[in-house]
Amino acid sequence: MLLPRITPCLLIHKGGLVKTIGFKMPKYVGDPINAVKIFNEKEVDELIVLDIDSSVNNSELNYGLISKLAAECRMPLCYGGGIKTKEQAKKIISLGVEKIAISSAVVEKPSIVSLISRELGSQSVVVVLDVRKKTTLFSSSYEIFTHNATKPHSINLINFIKKIESYGAGEILINSIDNDGLMSGYDLILAKKIKNELNIPMTFLGGAGTLEDIKSLYDQCGILGAAAGSMFVFKGKYKAVLINYPSDEQKKEIFESFID
Amino acid sequence: MIHVVDYGLGNVQAFLNIYKRLGYNATRAKNADDLSNAKKIILPGVGSFDHAIELLNDSGMRESLDSLVLKDKIPILGVCVGMQMLASSSDEGTLQGLGWVPGRVCSFRLNDKTRNLALPHMGWNNVYPKSADLLFKGFEKDVKFYFLHSYYYQCKQEIHETSKAFYGFNFACSISKENIYGVQFHPEKSHHFGAMLLKNFAEL
Repeated sequence: MLLPRITPCLLIHKGGLVKTIGFKMPKYVGDPINAVKIFNEKEVDELIVLDIDSSVNNSELNYGLISKLAAECRMPLCYGGGIKTKEQAKKIISLGVEKIAISSAVVEKPSIVSLISRELGSQSVVVVLDVRKKTTLFSSSYEIFTHNATKPHSINLINFIKKIESYGAGEILINSIDNDGLMSGYDLILAKKIKNELNIPMTFLGGAGTLEDIKSLYDQCGILGAAAGSMFVFKGKYKAVLINYPSDEQKKEIFESFID
Repeated sequence: MIHVVDYGLGNVQAFLNIYKRLGYNATRAKNADDLSNAKKIILPGVGSFDHAIELLNDSGMRESLDSLVLKDKIPILGVCVGMQMLASSSDEGTLQGLGWVPGRVCSFRLNDKTRNLALPHMGWNNVYPKSADLLFKGFEKDVKFYFLHSYYYQCKQEIHETSKAFYGFNFACSISKENIYGVQFHPEKSHHFGAMLLKNFAEL
């Protein structure tokens, strides 16, 4: 039986590992390679690493770091941040990364998904969408943002997701800007809404604080990836930096309903 | 010495790291000369079928591999697309595969039992080995590996299937024929399960 995934998501800023709140206030939490080594020991399901500088600064990708990360990871690695071209995507895969994550490039030009997936195969193409709730007097909807939540795009979220799926995306990672770093639970309404529309795997990020939060996500949405940042790098109410991850026994409890 | 074929796809370094940790000699092979004294070969792969075949053909290693595997009977382990290339053809492309283990690669999307499931089949799934298979020696219950694929190997003969996983139906997730082995999942990314399987391959 295929199991849901519990996936730490690490953010890279100025070469170091950081954690944000609402995509702001990056707090330094350590060295990326060191973090990977600890996550190796904890046998994490997979790992997402996102460079949050590249798209904003329009800078060239840090292939040196990507190559070190790929070599160190004993779990599947998804890397994103600043990828704009098929050539960059190919280069990253050739360094030994399993999946590449693209975001702003897709929002600007969705057809890039088919360009990349045709060559690399759908399974390696993850589209990341940062979304924020938009509430008006009569309704609430979700808006897509890029460039670390500074650039809004007036695109219909569900239509857009269906479009990139048809272009051959292999996975969609939804990141809730509102819940980022709050550790008070996922936006389950958003998660369910999107999961129901998808025929490809989905990973949901933003807001997890406890294993209970992850379990609620699975209970609502079935098999998907539950990603989290703060939860796996902070411990306790004063948020001391301590890399952690559920044990096999803890995971078994969460996966209970999925194990035959 | 274990040679990991570097034809531009797949995580060569991850295999080298695991073997270093396990205490086996492993090296990267980038051309035919590198392969000359290979005693074990790993053919990794991430990507689409045609792209992988093209790169392998362009690498200049194709003839050496043919001779090492088919004539000298050197054990080879194909991983993910590296396994799919062992087939004669794939739903994913138009090029011819190596054709070393009779079968073809089929699309989950075109299969009635899986067409409505989320695809690619991605994540950790239970693997049920056939007890006699050498690659799974020492494995007990609750075996899990990481998968990332939309196509599966359909063996012509059941005897070549060495393990199964369930996704809509029980599909073969590893194969073997004489000295030729293939696994659909990623042992290099499957923690201690993967390390154990790679150790078994090294010990063949």
